[in-house]
Parts: sequence; structure tokens; C-alpha cells
Amino acid sequence: MDVLLPIARQQKAQAMTERLEGTFRLNLQPHHAIWMLLIFVFTVGAAQAQAPRELISPIDALVKWMPFILWGQEGTLNGFALNLMISFFAMLFGTIAGVTLGLMQISLLLPVRKGSWFVTQFFRNSPWLVLLFTIMLLFPFEIELGNMIIPVPDWMKAVIGFALPVMANISEVVRGAVRSLPTGQWESAESLAFSRRQTLWMIILPQCFKRMIPPWINWYCILAMATPLASIMGVEESVSYTAQAMNAEGDRPELLPVFYLFLLLIFFVYTYPIARWSIRLEKKFVVKT
Amino acid sequence: MASPGKKANGWTPKQPMVSIKDLHKSFGDLEVLKGVSLEVMKGECICIIGPSGSGKSTLIRCVNALNDIQKGSIKVEGLEVNDPNLDKLELRKKVGMVFQQYNLFPHKTAIENIMMAPITVLKQDKDEVAKHAKSLVRKVRLEGKEDSYPGELSGGQQQRVAIARALAMNPDVMLFDEVTAALDPETVKEVLVTIQELAEEGMTCILVTHEMGFAKEVADHIYFTDRGVIVEHGPPKTFFKKAKDPRTKEFLSQIL
Repeated sequence: MDVLLPIARQQKAQAMTERLEGTFRLNLQPHHAIWMLLIFVFTVGAAQAQAPRELISPIDALVKWMPFILWGQEGTLNGFALNLMISFFAMLFGTIAGVTLGLMQISLLLPVRKGSWFVTQFFRNSPWLVLLFTIMLLFPFEIELGNMIIPVPDWMKAVIGFALPVMANISEVVRGAVRSLPTGQWESAESLAFSRRQTLWMIILPQCFKRMIPPWINWYCILAMATPLASIMGVEESVSYTAQAMNAEGDRPELLPVFYLFLLLIFFVYTYPIARWSIRLEKKFVVKT
Repeated sequence: MASPGKKANGWTPKQPMVSIKDLHKSFGDLEVLKGVSLEVMKGECICIIGPSGSGKSTLIRCVNALNDIQKGSIKVEGLEVNDPNLDKLELRKKVGMVFQQYNLFPHKTAIENIMMAPITVLKQDKDEVAKHAKSLVRKVRLEGKEDSYPGELSGGQQQRVAIARALAMNPDVMLFDEVTAALDPETVKEVLVTIQELAEEGMTCILVTHEMGFAKEVADHIYFTDRGVIVEHGPPKTFFKKAKDPRTKEFLSQIL
């Protein structure tokens, strides 16, 4: 039984942080990367072997379409590049709105606190796809501002659709971080005659900042991996383009695993270092405080 | 404004600096303090002792309004703490507090911990505050540790920073809430010495403590609380030798 204790402790620690932040952790380890690569190589090899000789081989097809899947046609930013763009903007807006909402959740004013709590819970517990559908279908395709007509492209609507759940989750991250500080910090600040605002900005939030970075990065990874949902609404990102590319090659079944595993691989290659970095940051901060 | 008996400016040093009358405090249905009265004169050092859960810490936290009270009166230099219009800033400038868990700000160095409140709250000149902070560091014997973060200091050192931090506000009364309870036995002494020196310099001190030796030596007056009331009190000489109440006797026999 003693052998199991360290594992149990580690599991418990992870469960505690997950409960605090209300989200699971992307606990990516180096062996995950090795497995990914092995599966990819094996599948590609199998598909290659099965393919009819007279047609273009799956690997050649993939190489041919790779630029298209990664950024679309020459001079455009579609495909995987659009996934990244959506994730950047959704994270930016989601963070700004989420921090504001999170601070409102710890307000002393009851209506502000209850209202922001409701908004947070509403968007946190709605399925991302439902939010995305709602925004993409409700939002006008152009906005009139006086004489100006501003077009709103689909990917921008997707940004708003993704920013909402991110906002709600960042709001919880902020609230959780503030809550996680010992009450003694508030009390000693109070006994030193700091006002609530001074306490919050000079004592509480600077300490929370460090604690918020790892879950914030974690949410970014989750968001980045969720952006392909936009393909359902016809946004021209990597999954849409992969489907188009396979379509152009005659929808041959042996292309399917190769193309989709390639997609999986790009997302993995992108999120893996970020997830590792967040784990490292977290370890560093835990020792400090 | 028009609360009865409020004479914030009428206070003279000949009157008690802290005066508690018939204090009642409940947490929900649980009545923790059931009519406590005590007085502390300027320059006095009093110790509150008693078994765990007897309301000692609650009592001391009421003095600087960290806990609100249901009934009774607490006056600090004539300032009524149980006044809904209480100027908490005014009260907390007069009352410094040190906690069992130190509660230093971990993202600030020792000297920053000390200087923060006078600069932000009292808006004092930075250079003046720095000078004062330096002298406080010397006073609590932490020269050379100014730029250490709390995490790099021992418990006793952290607690002395906490004392200096409270003193930086130039309080008239210092509250110590079981400040040695979380410390290693070896470091208890360095903190107690610091408090003793303060008391000898004439700082008005209210301590909640389990250190009987310290209470015996330093306190001017000892209060024994049990189940929310003050059971017995007196100067250390009579308190330790001639305790009358059976509860006090039992407690002392267990501890001494």
C-alpha cells in the first residue's frame, strides 16, 4: 500500500487544483508525444500500403494539400492559421470580460455579485457548440454605423461565440484565486487600515496573478482545441479545409485517417509545449508561495 | 453621529485607554462572549488566558472591529467601536494587531511589508517612512533581513516583521493574538523578548497567550476567561498564588 501513497497524494493534489479552478488539467507528458507520433507513422504506413497504385498515394496527397490546410490559398489566413487567429482574439476578449466579471463576483454589492454570478454560471454551463450556434445565427452579417457598413465575417462571429464561455471560465479562475488566499491576508490588511479597494489591488490581486497564470494557459489550450467547432458553421478553418481537400481527391477512404491524424498532430504540436510550460510554471509558483 | 456617550475628543490619558463593558458576541446561535468587561490603562500590559474556545481571540478581535459585536460597548481612547458610524480608519490607526499566523504579505519584502501601510494609508513621506522602518527593523533585531521575502524567514523572524509592521502605524494600543502559538519552542523567546521590550517602553499591550511564564513576568494584570466570561482576574502575584475560582485553579494546575 505504501507504494500507492505518492500516487494518491499526486492525484489528490491535482483534484484539489481542478476543483479550485473548476476545470480539468491538460496533464500532457512526454510519453504522450511519443504515442502520438507512433500512431501517426503506423497509420500512414498502413494507409500507404493499402492505397491503389494508379492513384496519388495518401502521403503525396497530404503533402500536396498541407499548405492549404495550414493557411489556405496564397495570401490568405484561413485553415489552421484561422484557428489560431480565432483562439487569440477569443482569448483576448474572453480574458478582458472574464477578469471584469470575476472582480464583480467578489463585489460587496449584492446585486452586482449575484448578477455576475448568474452570468458566469450561465455561460460556464452552456455547451460551447450551442453558444457558438446562437451567436453565429443571431449576429448580423454586417453592422450599420451611420453611413458606414461594417461587415462581420463568420470567423469574427465565431470569436464572440468562443469568447463567451472563456469569459465565464476566466471569471471563475479570478474568483477562485481570490478565494484561495488565506483570510488572514484580508484581516491583516484590514487591521493596518487599508481600504477594501487598496487591499484588493495592492495585496490580494498581485498574489492571485501568479496563481491565475497556469489555469489561464490551460483554458487557452482548451479553447485552441475547441476552435474546430467553428467548421460546423462553415468557418474556413483547418477542419473545413481538410474536408475540402479530401473531397477534391475524390473522398477516398484511405485518405481519411492520414488527413485527420495530421490535423490532430498539428493541434498537438501547438498545444503540447504550451501545456508543458503551464505545468512548469505551476510547479515554480507552488514553491514560491 | 448622535450615539449616546460618544466623546471621542473628551478622552484624557487618565481614563482607561481601552474600556470594554458588558460585551456580548455571538456567531449565529452560539454565544461566544457573555458579558465581558475590562479596562486597560495607558502603558499597561494585560494578558488574557484561558482554555481553547473560551472566547479570548474573539474578544481581542472585537477591539479593532475585525468582529462586530451584538451588545455592550468597547471604547478605545473614547472612540466607541460599537458605533455604526465608526470611523474604522481612525480606530485602526490607534490599534495595531499581530496575528498567530503572522499574515505577512508574501509578495513584498520585509521592509516593504513594514512601509506599505504608512505610505498608502497614512500618506506619509516615503523617506520619513523608510527611516522609521529602518529603526523598527533594528528594534526587532532583524538587521540584514530587510530585503528578504517572508517565505525566506523563520517563523520567529516573520512574527517580528509583523510586529514591526504594526508598529509602523504608530499605534497607541497593540493587540497580540496568540502570537507565539505557531512558533517553534526555540523561536518563541525572541518574539516574547520583543514584546517585553515594547511593554517596558510603555506601549499599551493586550495579549492573548498561553505563555504563563511571560504573563507572570510582564503582565500588569491577568484575566482568565472560560466559556465566554471573565472568571477571575488580578495582578500576577495574587492571580497565580491565590486563585479562588475552581475553574482557574484547575486550569493553572494543568498548565503550571
